[in-house]
Amino acid sequence: MNTTTTKKYGDRIFRAITLLFALTILIILLGMTAEMVSESLPSLRKFGWGFVTGSDWDAVQGSFAALPYLYGSVVSSILAILLATPLSVGTALFITELAPHKVGAVTASLVELLAAIPSVIYGLWGILVMTPWLQSTVEPFLIKYFGFLPFFRGAPYGVSMLAAVFILMIMIVPIITSITKEVLMAVPSSQKEAAVALGATRWEMIRIAVLPYGRSGILGAVILGLGRAIGETMAVTMVIGNTPQMSLSLLSPGYTMPSVIANEFAETTTKLHASALMEIGLILLVVTLFINFMARMLLWSVTRKWKGGVA
Amino acid sequence: MNCKLSIRDLNIHFGDNHAVKNTIMDVAENSVTAIIGPSGCGKSTVLRSINRMHDLTPSARVTGTIMLDETDIYGRGVDPVTIRRRVGMVFQKPNPFPAMSIYDNVIAGYKLNGVLKKGEADEIVESSLKRVALWDEVKDRLRTGAVELSGGQQQRLCIARTIAVKPEVILMDEPASALDPISTLKIEELIEELKSKYTIVIVTHNMQQAARVSDVTAFFYLGELVEIGETRKLFTNPEKKQTEDYITGRFG
Repeated sequence: MNTTTTKKYGDRIFRAITLLFALTILIILLGMTAEMVSESLPSLRKFGWGFVTGSDWDAVQGSFAALPYLYGSVVSSILAILLATPLSVGTALFITELAPHKVGAVTASLVELLAAIPSVIYGLWGILVMTPWLQSTVEPFLIKYFGFLPFFRGAPYGVSMLAAVFILMIMIVPIITSITKEVLMAVPSSQKEAAVALGATRWEMIRIAVLPYGRSGILGAVILGLGRAIGETMAVTMVIGNTPQMSLSLLSPGYTMPSVIANEFAETTTKLHASALMEIGLILLVVTLFINFMARMLLWSVTRKWKGGVA
Repeated sequence: MNCKLSIRDLNIHFGDNHAVKNTIMDVAENSVTAIIGPSGCGKSTVLRSINRMHDLTPSARVTGTIMLDETDIYGRGVDPVTIRRRVGMVFQKPNPFPAMSIYDNVIAGYKLNGVLKKGEADEIVESSLKRVALWDEVKDRLRTGAVELSGGQQQRLCIARTIAVKPEVILMDEPASALDPISTLKIEELIEELKSKYTIVIVTHNMQQAARVSDVTAFFYLGELVEIGETRKLFTNPEKKQTEDYITGRFG
């Protein structure tokens, strides 16, 4: 037997098999999207743009509009990002620039441990520990001292938009922190030395050399965190209160797109209802893809701009 | 001439590695002192001890005294940040801040001293860039990114950034070794020019460069200062055999 020929055939077969595997991914993605679009068609036809501008969701009357869910998803994710970003960047700076080597390493692995906890555990903790605490302590405090703001009006329920924001924040901090940590570790020491040699303090060095060098990478990390927050289902469903309303007050319950899908899919009675849920899924898919696309573009523009630029 | 820097019994360890041994040397004000020696002889290590850059390396331990005028750089309660504002440094590879414009790079260090007026900043940027002979090349594009400059221009920008802080001493760690011959020549001319206002200590691999730019040359070998003396004398009539062997190219 000619071993060279066998080898050549072996390579070809191997190549064909891996190509098949790779194509499977593409086919699944395309098939899923096509299926979602076709399943959404009844709803798309019936409600048109009204689906994303209206707020009436009534399975009995057969009238569906998704604005409260979109609102809940966007508001909870953006507020969570706003809280998580400084926390994560601060933690990453502590790990890479400030902590003694061993302390930094331990902190880093604890952060990564947090990322590995299943979201239902976060939800369970949220509903059994965090929401009672919010109801008894945090929310009354906010109402008493910040009740003049429209964001902290109403009764303390515990389950609320605020609870969703907190739980999302806790869940995305590990992701943003660990990516930011990698970004900061990639800052060349020549940059830090440049700042230090100019008479910069530790903080000034971080401000003029470390953060600007890493800013786009950090932005990418934040956007990935946002993607995660928008898509998070379980933990949010457990603490947000699942009420489709748009209230300025963070103390009121809300609803998000993934939550309504998870809650109602098993109980759909009409085709239209199922189709409306499918359309929510489609919106969610589009939003998530858009966010990931943005993250990629940002990272790409940075690597291109600086490639070989710094001698 | 006044003695600007006075190094006494300097010893530097990295963990178990005794990198610089019992060094004693003086640096005169408004002079150029070159430090030469083969790779790994501790010349950069000595240089970096003068503005306490070793503080950034956890395993480094520096003992002895380095007097900058009346201040002991390693004295108790001396803030390394104040030392570094008096002792600037230029590195081997040009390291402008890539996210900043040419203008912002020049003013970056000076800004650390506090808020400054618009006119004041403009003035400092212009005079610093003029001093490094970069002004005419960049005056029409001060707001463009510093990374768009050539390597030689970037290095002159880094020197401008250093002198904008108004230091007394400038340390240069092989400032031309990553540059082409023409840029190197420009840097050497610049060193000659800067001498009138600053005290310069330069580490170089290139003996011709040391001979061209410096007034005093120090030769290090295996972490020890072998010989220090007037450049012309050290290169023509060295006292030590090791120095002679090195400058005539018999080793290193």
